[in-house]
Formats: sequence, structure tokens, C-alpha cells
Amino acid sequence: MELLIASAIGVMTAGGLYLMLRLRTFPVILGMSLLTYAVNVFLFASGRLTVGAAPILSDAATTYTDPLPQALVLTAIVISFGMTAVVVMIGLGAFLGSDDDHVDDQPEAIDKTAEAGQ
Amino acid sequence: MTHWIIAPVVLPAMLAAFIVLAARHHLAIQRAVSVAGVLTLVAIALGLALQVSDGNILLYRLSDWAAPFGIVLVGDRLSTGMVMLTAVLGLFVLLYAIGSGWDKRGWHFHALFQFQLMGIMGAFLTGDLFNLFVFFEVLLIASYGLMIHAGGNARLRAGVQYVLFNLIGSTLFLFALGSIYAETGTLNMADLAARVAVIGPEDTVGIRVAAVLLLLVFAIKAAVVPLHFWLPSSYAEAPAPVAALFAIMTKVGAYAIIRVYTLIFPPDLEVTSGLHDLWLLPAALLSLAIGMVGVLAAKRLDRLVAFSVIGSMGMVLVATALFTPAGIAAALYYVVHSTLAGAALFLISDLVRTGRGNVDLTAQPPVAGAAMTAGLFFAGAIAMVGLPPLSGFIGKLLILDAAYGTNLVVWIWAVMLVSSLISLAGFARAGSVLFWKAESVEAPDTMPDLSTPAALSYVAVGGLIALLVANTVFAGPIHRYTTSIAAQLFAPGPYIATVLDTPGKLGTPTEDH
Repeated sequence: MELLIASAIGVMTAGGLYLMLRLRTFPVILGMSLLTYAVNVFLFASGRLTVGAAPILSDAATTYTDPLPQALVLTAIVISFGMTAVVVMIGLGAFLGSDDDHVDDQPEAIDKTAEAGQ
Repeated sequence: MTHWIIAPVVLPAMLAAFIVLAARHHLAIQRAVSVAGVLTLVAIALGLALQVSDGNILLYRLSDWAAPFGIVLVGDRLSTGMVMLTAVLGLFVLLYAIGSGWDKRGWHFHALFQFQLMGIMGAFLTGDLFNLFVFFEVLLIASYGLMIHAGGNARLRAGVQYVLFNLIGSTLFLFALGSIYAETGTLNMADLAARVAVIGPEDTVGIRVAAVLLLLVFAIKAAVVPLHFWLPSSYAEAPAPVAALFAIMTKVGAYAIIRVYTLIFPPDLEVTSGLHDLWLLPAALLSLAIGMVGVLAAKRLDRLVAFSVIGSMGMVLVATALFTPAGIAAALYYVVHSTLAGAALFLISDLVRTGRGNVDLTAQPPVAGAAMTAGLFFAGAIAMVGLPPLSGFIGKLLILDAAYGTNLVVWIWAVMLVSSLISLAGFARAGSVLFWKAESVEAPDTMPDLSTPAALSYVAVGGLIALLVANTVFAGPIHRYTTSIAAQLFAPGPYIATVLDTPGKLGTPTEDH
């Protein structure tokens, strides 16, 4: 199971990084999402992997799983979900406004901004 | 247990909600509530700073759960000082936003402004690394909204870059937190400080990776070269009052570096040896050099100011990376100076834009309201370049003095002095093109309809310059205070003891650590 989880994190991180280097809004956002999935699983695994145990520690419990990473992951998921929504909206606005979905500054776009003076 | 320490976080949160829900169509009410809120914040920050000025450490346990199980807010000299700086900066920036009418040009400026203040205050006050992440996200979400306030294609494009870069930074932060938790089983800063110290020399791989990842995250926030690429276009395209408020956001990165690398990974710790002197210091020198060269190369005033912010962050981090009490004290003095000077310059570049319609560094007919704007630019540029008599000069002297006697003294002195000269040339060129050459250009027959900036705008910028003057006049007491902050940072025993040994629910004092 350790191998499976570790390779899943690795593959998602690699895919996310590759997509982010594409420098177009859509692949970059997909890459961001993959990277946040990877980090969520990574956070989850940071409390060690335990199978079939409840995240509750009581006097009777013989095994338990660490509840804190689960809370951290929940927070991270909510935040990254909201952030993705924000970046999709801003990216859409930028694309509809300038008819160009490059993330980096294009040379002619810089000239245009300078001419517009804004 | 005093509850005042959570007020700088809760108050802006409540006001923001009130502004969005109850006053969304009434700009006058929004302005009144926002200004009243920031004034209250200044008062609260002053009270907190007075409470801790004798070396006292304030602890606030949420729901009374004892650390490290519950979340804690901690106020010491450093964090309350930064809260104070934020509140004062926020006040003048808000006055400028109202005076110049920037808050009318889009929706929800005041609500986002309050949320931004909430995030910054929380980041300074929290005693828990995961909460630092959460407050970073709060301030970032608000800054995304503020960054694209009033819209426009160039601004949206810069906004996409800014958001994506920061999302990558947040993901890195989570990776760092995950590795720290996997290695130590805690994210409370004081608890971490105790546990990292006992990690054996053979198991340091994970914690080293975590320390480097954390430094990368904070370096992104502080715009250290080569992680500075997000800053120039986003600060230049952001509305001027927002860019001025962002002047404190790079300092959040510097604060986090100072906090984490004095408390959790102190400079004499074997695990992270080499991180500051081998990596952070050269990177800081590089950002200082590149920032100041950027000042000389910029073709627009707002970009010039953005590069000068990178350069002054480089200066702050050069002093920080020495990790000596004198270095940290000088860095903190320079943090105050560079926040005020950077914010003032962003606002001045907006005064120029109001007066002539653009901020290109080319000779154009005279700016409306030029005399006043030119005077303010002169003062702001002197401060940022670090010429006497303003506080930039004293800050640089303190840093040069702190660097004297270290191994890299030749490099530090050379880079600082040469880059100061370059930035002096850059600012002098910008000022003479903008204000002097304008006299030699024929005014066109049809002057575009440009207004003189409002009086309140000048009051706000003048206030920031006045604070710079105060920072110079009271340099002695202020530097004594930053020295006492540094002394407190380098003796973290009371901080750790206050956080871990104060009993609360589930309180089990430190035997089991």
C-alpha cells in the first residue's frame, strides 16, 4: 500500500508539474488541480497509513489512526477548491477580454499595454 | 487570559461581513465603517504592543484547549510590532483609496480590504504553522479580489499570473507542512522548536527537506530572486492603494523567515546549518542587485517602484540572513522603513497617473498638480534610495554595521553600496524625466481633461512621508526597541515555556515531550 500511495503522489506531482509548464490557462489550471490532489494525499499520508482503524483514541482502542492529518486535508481541500474556482473565473475574464490564454506575458501584449498607457 | 489579542483578527472579519451584507449599496457607510475599524485596529495594536513591551508574552488559547492540541495565538514584541505597522499602513492606504476614489471603481473594495487586514494580522499573531498557512490563504484570497479591483485586461492578465504563482506557493507550503508533521507529529511552533532540537543526527533527512521547502515558500512571499517573477507585473498592474497595502505582504514573508528560522530552526541548529549563510544570503544579495538594476531599467514609474520593492526586500533579507541579533534588529528597522517608503511611492505613482493619464517615463507636458507631486516623489525617492537625511540611510548604515566582521563583509558592502548608487541613478532619471523635462515639452492645443489629485490623497501620502520622518527622528528609540525584539527572538525559552506550560483543557505540562 505504501508503494501505491507513494507512486500515486509522485505520478500526480509529475503530471501536474508538466501541465503547469505548458503556460496556457487551461492546462495550467488542470496541472494545479493535479498538484493539489497530490498534496492532499501527501498530507493524508503524513499521519502514517493505518487500515481499518477509527481516528478515535479511547482506553479500549488497540489501534487508531491519526485524526489530525484528516482535519488538515479537509481544510486544504476546501481552500484549494475555492482557489481553483477563483483562478478559473479570473482566467476566463482575462481570456475573454484579450482573446489570448497565455499565462506568461507575450511581447506584443506588453507593447499594447504600454501604448494603452494603463 | 486576555482576549484582546484575537481582536485584530476578529474585528476586520466582522466588519467585512457587515460591509458586504448590510452596507453593500452605501459607499458612505462602507467608508465610515472601514475607517473606524482601522482606527480601532491601530488603538488595539498600540495596546497590545504596550502590553508586551516589557518582554511579556501574551498567549491566547482558542476554546481554552492547551497547546499543542489546540490552536494558539501568541503576541510577543515582534508580532505585535508588525501588527502595529500593518494597522498604521492600512489607515493611510485606506484614506488614499477614499480620497482618490479608487474604492468607487469596483465592488466590495472595503470588504476585501478588511479581509486582507484580517489575514495579515492573523499571520503575524498565530503560533501554529498550519494556521500560518490558513491566514496566508485568507490574505491571498482577499488580495486576488483587490488585485483585479476595477478590472481591465492588463490587470486581469497580471491577476492570473499572480494567482497561479501563489497557488503553487500554497501547494509547496502544504508539502512542507506534511513533511514537518510526518517527522515531528506537531505543527505548533513552540512544540516544534522543542522537538526539532531532539531529532538525532541520523534521522534528519525529512526535517531538512521540510526546512528547505518552508524557506522556499517564504522566499516566494518575500519575492527573493529567483522567485520574484510574480511581483513586478502584479504590483504594477494592481490598483495603487492595493499595491501600497501589498507592501506589507512581502514583509509577511520576511516575518515568517525571521520567526521560523529563529524559533524552530535556530541558526546554531546542526540540521539546517548552511541554509542561511550558503543559500539565503547570496539570494538576498542577488535580489538587492537585480531589484536596483530593474529600477534603472524600468520604462514605467509603477514598474520602477515594484523593482525598488524587490531591491528593498533584498536589503531586509541580507540583514536577516546574517542571523545575528544586530542583523535582525537592523532588518526590523529597515522593514518599517521599506514598508512605508514602498507604499508611499506606489501612491505617488498613482498621483502622477491622475495628473497626466499614464506613468510612462517619457517627457510629456507638465503633470496637473506637479509641484506637490514632485515634492512628495523627491522625499519618497530619497527615502527609498537611502540618502540622508531620511530613515533609509540610517537603516542601511545599521545593516552595513551588522555585516561588518562577518565572512562575507566584502560582498555585502560592495553589493549594497553599488546597488544604492544604481538605484539613485534610476530614481534621479525617473524624477527628472517626469517633472523637469515636462517643462521643455510644448503643451498640445487640446489638453486632455485631467484633474489635480484630491486633497485627501495628498494627506495620505504626506502622512506616510511624515511617518518616514518620524522613523528617522526617533531612530534611536526605534532601533533600541528592534534590538530588544531581536534579543527576545534569540532567547526563545520564555516563548516556548509560555505556550507549552500554560495549563488549559487537556493540559499536561511538558514531561511527556
